[in-house]
Amino acid sequence: MPDEDKKRAAHRTLVDRVLNGEGKASAEQRARAYRNDGLSPPLDALIGKVADTPTRVTEQDLAAALASGCTEDQVFELVVCAAVGQSTRLYEAGLAALAEATVDGRPDHAS
Amino acid sequence: MRLEILNHGYSRGTKMLFGMIKLFSRQPVPDAAKLVFYRPDFYGTHAKEFTHEAMRGESDWSVGDRELMAAYVSKVNESAFCIGAHTATATQAYDDAPRVAAVLSDVDAAPVDEPLRATLRMLGKLTREGKVGAEDMREVLAAGVTPQQIKDALAVCAAFNTTDRLGDAFGFELLTPEGYAAGAKYLLKRGYR
Repeated sequence: MPDEDKKRAAHRTLVDRVLNGEGKASAEQRARAYRNDGLSPPLDALIGKVADTPTRVTEQDLAAALASGCTEDQVFELVVCAAVGQSTRLYEAGLAALAEATVDGRPDHAS
Repeated sequence: MRLEILNHGYSRGTKMLFGMIKLFSRQPVPDAAKLVFYRPDFYGTHAKEFTHEAMRGESDWSVGDRELMAAYVSKVNESAFCIGAHTATATQAYDDAPRVAAVLSDVDAAPVDEPLRATLRMLGKLTREGKVGAEDMREVLAAGVTPQQIKDALAVCAAFNTTDRLGDAFGFELLTPEGYAAGAKYLLKRGYR
């Protein structure tokens, strides 16, 4: 197997594990955190920041998530899913743009 | 770190390991290292495997180039812990601190080869804007970068966009220059597994 496939395969394994493996948060909640879509307050604010403006996450954002009834383990999992989700979207956007710029794995000089 | 479980929720064996690391490195265990030991079955084991493949697996990019990409992506994300960690690691890998500092302050003027510069620019745009187009990729290809090298760089970018976010969300404590240097030495010797 070429090494390129090993990088991508290792990434897929990580994504599959955090979304579909056993967790303390439901698979549905983890999928919502991964997509940064469909969570209710105050989790939506925390997860939105992790995906889009992670340096703006505060102690208060985590405290609000915990006060809403989540356990620390659930918050841990949802934050991980949000981080993996956003970085996966970047990875896939880059690979899609590359595929568009190449033909059969070679630079598409014709275009 | 901001969650108590990430500070104290480790098994006795893991706590002993942290104690050994502290003893031998004479530095506190970095939060980035602690995180991957917390319920490793959920995140750490697979994250380490992917990051190691991206950073140390087979590639036409050198280890120094990939550490520089990690530092650069972290710089775009303004993710302080990872900027410190991968600036130190790229600096040791290249044995060239001015080169790393120049890239992080102005990639357009830095003394690096065009293929690396074009790749860093593309990773910066993707990280900053969340998207890149075929035109951006054609520019990188025209600079002499192979499609495989672009894929390899995108894997580095994915790994550090994840770690940067976790570092900021969980509040990784910044290290001293000695702490970053010790971490860099470890990463160059052992990798991310």
